[in-house]
Amino acid sequence: MDVAVEVEDLWFTYPGSTEPTLRGINLRIERGSFTIIAGPSGCGKTTLCRCFNGLIPHFYGGTLRGRVLVNGIDVASRSTHELAREVGMVFQEPEDQLICLSVEREIAFGPENLGLPTEEVKSRVEEALKALRIEHLRDKAPFELSGGEQQKVAIAAALALKPSVLVLDEPTSNLDPVSALELTKALIELNEEGLTVILVEHRLDLVARYADQVVLMDRGAVLVQGDPREALSSEEALRLGVAVPKPIRLFKQLLVHGVKLARPPLTSEELAEGLVEFLGRHRG
Amino acid sequence: MAVIEVEDLWFTYPGSTEPTLRGINLRIEEGDLLAIVGENGAGKTTLAKHFIGLLKPQRGSVKVCGLDVSKAKVSQLARHVGFVFQSPDHQLFSETVEEEVAFAPKNLGYPKEETASRVERVLKRLGLEGFRGRSPLTLSSGERRRVALASILSYDPRVLILDEPTVGQDAAQKRELAHIVKNMVEEGRTVVVITHDMDFVADHISRVVVLSRGRVVADGRAEEILVNEELLKTSSLLPPPSVELSLALARRGLLPSPRLFRDYSLFAKELVEGVLS
Repeated sequence: MDVAVEVEDLWFTYPGSTEPTLRGINLRIERGSFTIIAGPSGCGKTTLCRCFNGLIPHFYGGTLRGRVLVNGIDVASRSTHELAREVGMVFQEPEDQLICLSVEREIAFGPENLGLPTEEVKSRVEEALKALRIEHLRDKAPFELSGGEQQKVAIAAALALKPSVLVLDEPTSNLDPVSALELTKALIELNEEGLTVILVEHRLDLVARYADQVVLMDRGAVLVQGDPREALSSEEALRLGVAVPKPIRLFKQLLVHGVKLARPPLTSEELAEGLVEFLGRHRG
Repeated sequence: MAVIEVEDLWFTYPGSTEPTLRGINLRIEEGDLLAIVGENGAGKTTLAKHFIGLLKPQRGSVKVCGLDVSKAKVSQLARHVGFVFQSPDHQLFSETVEEEVAFAPKNLGYPKEETASRVERVLKRLGLEGFRGRSPLTLSSGERRRVALASILSYDPRVLILDEPTVGQDAAQKRELAHIVKNMVEEGRTVVVITHDMDFVADHISRVVVLSRGRVVADGRAEEILVNEELLKTSSLLPPPSVELSLALARRGLLPSPRLFRDYSLFAKELVEGVLS
């Protein structure tokens, strides 16, 4: 299987800190997959994301041990501007990364800085606007947009560098539920077109159903990595206190009452269908 | 006794042709715990800004703890009403977390020891002891949010207004927040939570006020409002995951009607008894 990101025994300590924030992370992310990273605050999720595009160690300094390979490239050996063509990054607060006075300029900023010919920059801007369905926003100033629109602009700006991996650190946390759902749908479309997506997210009820794998982190280490149904119904998930999707919570309680559905459900529909199916079996 | 009384409140931002608030009526009693929910732009924050006099009514009136906000000074209102903003950076200004949290009690003239003990209590409560000497600017946004909350809790206002308090908080921190809010209400304080987080509302809050396009379109018990699909839809809200679950079960006749369950053990028990009998 083709691997997009590989993390090997990664340890990292921020400058001035005595305790490592990452403690021996091992991770494999396949090309074209959709991965969700979850875990309590302070577990190291954001720090790990910063390793994917080389912000660690290039920007933050600190002590790094182990390796992060993106498309086979060791991130420590390349500058961040080179890595930006491999890995796009979207942060929690779009205001932290939007700097231009129009959406079009914002999206053009990255490709222009790569020194690409004007025609190429233009075509990339068009492509990115289209991919996020924000053509109508092209002349607006990013600061006058809603939070959801701003996040789409941030994603479009990252995509204009044509990365093969997109990393998003809690991109929906400032959004209302409808905008969060819309942004999630946009991510799924991009993933279906082949983009590798790594999403840090607390709202597992919303996104777990779309994931190929879920990574649960605690205190700088990976606790569970695997199929979303298995990972989120694991004892570790409950113990960690991550927001286990409600259908899985009900699934577990049904088990206590002797009702064992065929598989842990990630959506309400799956739970209801699972129960109908169980009843059919039970009565039949 | 009403701590907040809003009567026919209208407000239009300068330069805008459309009013943001269109005739709001709302009565909040001492000891209430309520959520104000609504889509982006529904007017939630605009309404709440009237509670501390940051905005003044253009038509209608707002009374807070007996004070008419049109006449009272912001400093007078702030003694009674603590406001934790959606963006913590709008209110954090001190060099260290400890100074930030000590600011209000100091300013209100509490004795030194009293201020110190309040700061200790609140830092501990919010898991911020380890950050006391840090600059708030160096913390994560979730941590800064907790510092902003701590800086208000330290002076113990009668009314607490939290604007999107669950953003960037993990499940355990949300539970702790719910716990803090419940304690305050038990002590007779009034807490108003402005939020998109329907999951948090479903799990922890009893009264829900729905704003849509500048109007109060519903005000009642969470158990009724959160299962009203039609109402949520017209207000551009999504049912919380727990209600979605019961809606899916009710559609297949596995539950007699959609309900808001908070206790999943009870939920499973009722479901099993219902379908297996």
